[in-house]
Amino acid sequence: MVIECKHVWEHISGYLDGTLEPEVLRMVQEHLEHCEICSAILDSTRNILILTADERVFELPLGYSERLHNRLDEELRGAEGGD
Amino acid sequence: MIAAILAGESQRFHDLIRPYERSVYVMALSFVHDESDAEDIAQEAFLKAFRNLASFRGEAKFGTWLISITLNEARSRLRRKKLIKMEPLEAPDDDGSHVSPALLRDWKEIPSEALERSEMRSLLQKAVEGLPPIYREIFVLRDIEELSIAEAADVLQITVASVKVRLHRARVALQKTLAPQLKQMDSKRRWFPWS
Repeated sequence: MVIECKHVWEHISGYLDGTLEPEVLRMVQEHLEHCEICSAILDSTRNILILTADERVFELPLGYSERLHNRLDEELRGAEGGD
Repeated sequence: MIAAILAGESQRFHDLIRPYERSVYVMALSFVHDESDAEDIAQEAFLKAFRNLASFRGEAKFGTWLISITLNEARSRLRRKKLIKMEPLEAPDDDGSHVSPALLRDWKEIPSEALERSEMRSLLQKAVEGLPPIYREIFVLRDIEELSIAEAADVLQITVASVKVRLHRARVALQKTLAPQLKQMDSKRRWFPWS
């Protein structure tokens, strides 16, 4: 069975997660072999996921960790003092 | 380590949470879009985790439990500020509003070195922050925090099927927003390699 582009798009996420049923996976792979548009959509989606997951995109503010542990210290000392 | 902390070695809580400092902050930032508010939420989430450590049952991973606390803290903070008064946290998953990806013919992979440029990082940040809340939540949990589909379903208290539907829509929406912009940016880069 051959599937159209719009049906392949419905499976992009499942394809990337490796959660497609074997039969659906086979149809999607066959389609991707000869459809450059769907291949480009898949490649761009995968690339965008890799880029957004990079630690440089959401950077921690300077001093964040220090302020956090100082705040925790106040709480922990309070807890110890209460024991 | 958790047992030791509960038994009185409170200072070990510092070591327990160190691996999760980043993920808790990023989760918060994706909600409030403001570094200072995100830091407040992160601190509050860690404090709540410490105060409620005895209720951690070990059924979920500690990191997943922390993320759940952060998510609840971020949501309640937003409710208090009424920043999302018009945005429902829950929406039907099958409302027929399908998202189509950006149609491309010649996608050229953007190398991760491109993230050295602040405009590239800003573009990606804004695209994630611009997703509707229910899609942003699942995208951050799965694709940034790298929770499994089952863990994300657990954190959000939704079914695995709903996770898959929302995740798909989130990813396609991001592709649709970002692919044309990134492609354009990459083209410019090739034309002006010294800029």
